[in-house]
Amino acid sequence: MFRNTYDSDNTVFSPQGRLHQVEYALEAVKQGSAAVGLRSKTHSILLALKRSSGELASYQQKMFRIDDHVGIAIAGLTSDARVLSNFMRQQAMSSKMAFNRPIPVNRLVSSIADKAQVNTQEYGRRPYGVGFLVIGQDQSGPHLYEFSPSGSAYEYYAMSIGARSQSAKTYLEKHYESFSDCTLEELITHGLHALRETLQQDKALNINNTSIGILGPASQHETDGNVNVPSGGGFRILEGEVLQPFLDTMVPKEAPAAPAAASTDDDVQMQE
Amino acid sequence: MDHFPTNWGRPRNDAFDAYGTYPIAQRPYNGPKDVFAEGVKHTQQPIVTGTSVLAIKYKDGIMMAADNLASYGSLARFKDVKRLHPVGTNTVVGAGGDMSDFQYIQSLLDSLMTDEFTEQDGHSLGPAEIHEYLSQVMYGRRSQINPLWNSLLVGGFRDGKRFLAYVDLLGTTYSASTLATGYGAYIAQPLLRKAVEGNEDTLTEDQAVQILEDNLKVLYYRDARSLNKFQIAKVTESGVSISESKSLDTTWSFAEGIRGYGSQTQ
Amino acid sequence: MTSIGTGYDLSASTYSPDGRIFQVEYANKAVENSGTAIGLRVKDGIVLAVEKLVHSKLLIPEANRRIQTVEKHIGIATAGLLADGRQLANRAKDESASYRDNFRAQVPIKYLADRLGSYMQVYTLYSSVRPFGISTVVGGVDDDGPSLYVIEPSGVFYGYHGAAVGKGRQLAKTELEKLNLAELSIREAVMEAARIIHLVHDDSKEKDFELEMSWIGDETKGLHLPVPKDLFAEADAKARAALEDFE
Repeated sequence: MFRNTYDSDNTVFSPQGRLHQVEYALEAVKQGSAAVGLRSKTHSILLALKRSSGELASYQQKMFRIDDHVGIAIAGLTSDARVLSNFMRQQAMSSKMAFNRPIPVNRLVSSIADKAQVNTQEYGRRPYGVGFLVIGQDQSGPHLYEFSPSGSAYEYYAMSIGARSQSAKTYLEKHYESFSDCTLEELITHGLHALRETLQQDKALNINNTSIGILGPASQHETDGNVNVPSGGGFRILEGEVLQPFLDTMVPKEAPAAPAAASTDDDVQMQE
Repeated sequence: MDHFPTNWGRPRNDAFDAYGTYPIAQRPYNGPKDVFAEGVKHTQQPIVTGTSVLAIKYKDGIMMAADNLASYGSLARFKDVKRLHPVGTNTVVGAGGDMSDFQYIQSLLDSLMTDEFTEQDGHSLGPAEIHEYLSQVMYGRRSQINPLWNSLLVGGFRDGKRFLAYVDLLGTTYSASTLATGYGAYIAQPLLRKAVEGNEDTLTEDQAVQILEDNLKVLYYRDARSLNKFQIAKVTESGVSISESKSLDTTWSFAEGIRGYGSQTQ
Repeated sequence: MTSIGTGYDLSASTYSPDGRIFQVEYANKAVENSGTAIGLRVKDGIVLAVEKLVHSKLLIPEANRRIQTVEKHIGIATAGLLADGRQLANRAKDESASYRDNFRAQVPIKYLADRLGSYMQVYTLYSSVRPFGISTVVGGVDDDGPSLYVIEPSGVFYGYHGAAVGKGRQLAKTELEKLNLAELSIREAVMEAARIIHLVHDDSKEKDFELEMSWIGDETKGLHLPVPKDLFAEADAKARAALEDFE
C-alpha cells in the first residue's frame, strides 16, 4: 500500500534520516500550476498561471493580498493556502496594532515557516500541501521569499514554484543578474518569459490565464489602464484586459510559434 | 449552622471578659465565600511616586529632564531614582507616577528590545513604534480597570526626524513640541511653550539645556514633591545619552519672611 | 543496516532487542547529511561558523542565515533540518525570556543547554512525535566566561572547547584538536574557524557553499553578532589562500 515502510506518517525518520511525508508534500506543490517571482532594486513582482476546471468555470485564484506591503502567489492546495494566508494577515494586523509598523517581511515568512514545521514533527497532522512565493517591501527594500511545506523559507533574487517550474527556473538562472536594474515593464517581460516556459506545448499566456502581482511604483500601462494603485506602490493584482499591454511586450520564442492570442480556447485544464 | 464549636466564639471567661465583649466580627468566618474576592486586586492609587517629566524639541533632536526623587506620600523616600530610561539606541522614556509600575514597564521594554535584537534582521523599533506599543499596553490595562499608574513621555530621533509624544494611565496620547507631566503640566508647560514653540529648529543644545534647567528650578521652588537633583537626556542623530545627576543653585533666604517657613511662629 | 525491516525502527517509543532506539539514530543521519557547523571557545570569547550549502544560485547571499541569536549574549548554530533548527531556536528564546522574567538576569549558557537538552529528550520518548533532526552548537559568554555546548538529537549535551557537527565533523574535530584553544585570541579563532570550514568543504562532491560566522567577546561588548565585514573578508581570503597552499 505504501511505497516503503517509512513513509506512512511524519513522525518517522527513514534510515537515511529523511522525512518521506514531507517530501511527498513537496510533490503536492508541484501539482499546482506555476508561479514566478522576481525582484529589482525598486519592485518585486509575482506572475502566475491560472487554471480553469472547464469552460463554464471561472479561473482559480493564485494570488492573495496580505497587507499593503505583502502579497503571495501559491502553488498546491488552495485550501491550505487560505489557512496560511489568513494567519499571515493576522500577523500583519497585530504588528500594525502593537507597533503601528508594517510587519518586516522576513518575520512574516518565518512565522508561517515555523507554523509549518510543527506539522512535520507531530503525529496526526500532515505537512501543508502548498508552496508560496511571497513578495514584500519594508525598511530594507523589496524582497522575494519562497516558503515550502518543509517549514523552510529562503530569500531569492528570483524563483518559481509549481508544475514545470524547473523550466522557468532555468530561464531565471540565465537572466537574474540583470533583474536588479530592470524597470517594472522589463521585469514583467522577464517574468512572463519565465512563466511561458512552464506551459504545455500548444498553450500560450493570455489575459484570462495570467495573474500579475506588483509591489512598487506604478507602471505607465497601469496608469493607462486605470488600475487603482495603492499609495506608496502597495500590492495590487492585475488581471484581465489590463494585462494585454504587458503580454504584448513578450518576444516570441526562437521557433516562431504562433503569437500569444488572447483567446479563451487556450486554457490550461485543471488536472485530475 | 456552623458545626465547628471553635468558631462559636470563646466561652465567657469572667477573668478577662466579664461582659462578653470579644468582638463577633473577629471570629473566624466559615460561611460561603466569593472565591475570586481575594484574587481580584486592582491598582487604585500610586504608592511610591515620581513627579514631573519635561521634554522639548530642539535643533538637533529632543531633550528630556526629570528629577531623581521617588516620594512615599509626602515623604522624600528615595533620592537616587532614575526616571529616564533608554530604549534601544534612539529612544528615551521618562516617567512620572508610580515607580514600581514604571519598573515593570522598563522590564517590558527591555524584553521587547531583547526580542528585537535576537531577530538580527536589520529591523529595529524606533520611538514612534515604542510609543504605539506603550499606548496599547496602557490602554489595555486601563480597560481591565487595572491601570499602570504612570504618565510617560517618549522621545527619540530616527531617520532625521524628531519624535516626542505622551501617553498616560488612561491610554491617552498626544504629541507636541513641548511636553510636561505631573505638576510640570501646570507650572512648566506654559513656560516651555513660550520658549520653544516656533524655535524648534533654531534652539541649540545649550539653549535647550538652559530652558529645561530654568523650568526644573521653577518646579523645585513650587512643587513640594520635587528634588534639586536631576538628569537630562538628549536623543540626537548619534543616539541617546543620559547625563549624570546634577543639581542647581537655589536660594531660600527669602523664605525667612514667609509664614510657615522661617523661624517666626505666627 | 540490520535495523531495516525489523519493525523496531518505526517509532521513537520502541527499543530494539539490543536496547537501541533506531529513530534517534536515524535523526542523527539527518544531521550527518547537512553542512558542517563548528564552535570555538577561546579565552576571551566564542566563535561560531557554518558551512551553508547553497542549493541555488538564485539565493541572495548573506540573507538566509543559519546562525541564530537567542539572547543578547548567546548564539546557536545548527546542523540538520533547517526548520527544526528554527523551532529549537524559538524554544531557546522562550527559555531565555522566561529566565529573564523570573530572575531579572541573563540566562547562564549551561542552564539553557540543560533546558534545551531536556526539551529535545522529550521528543525521543513518544511515538506521536519524532526526534529533532539537528545537532546544535550553543555558544555564549556569561558571568562564568565563555562556554560552548553541543546538544544532540538524543537530548544529551556536552561542553566543549571546540565543537563540530554535521557532514564534515570528523575532519573539523581533527583540525580543532590541533589548536591550542585556551591560548587563542578571538580574532585568531575567527581565522581558524574560516580555515576549518573551507577545509572540510568537499568541492568535488558538493554544491557551492557560503561561509557564515558570528562571535561573542569583548569587542562585541558581550553581544552575539555577525563577524564584521572587514574581518570576515580577511579570514575568508586567508582561508582560501591556506587551502591553496595545502593543495
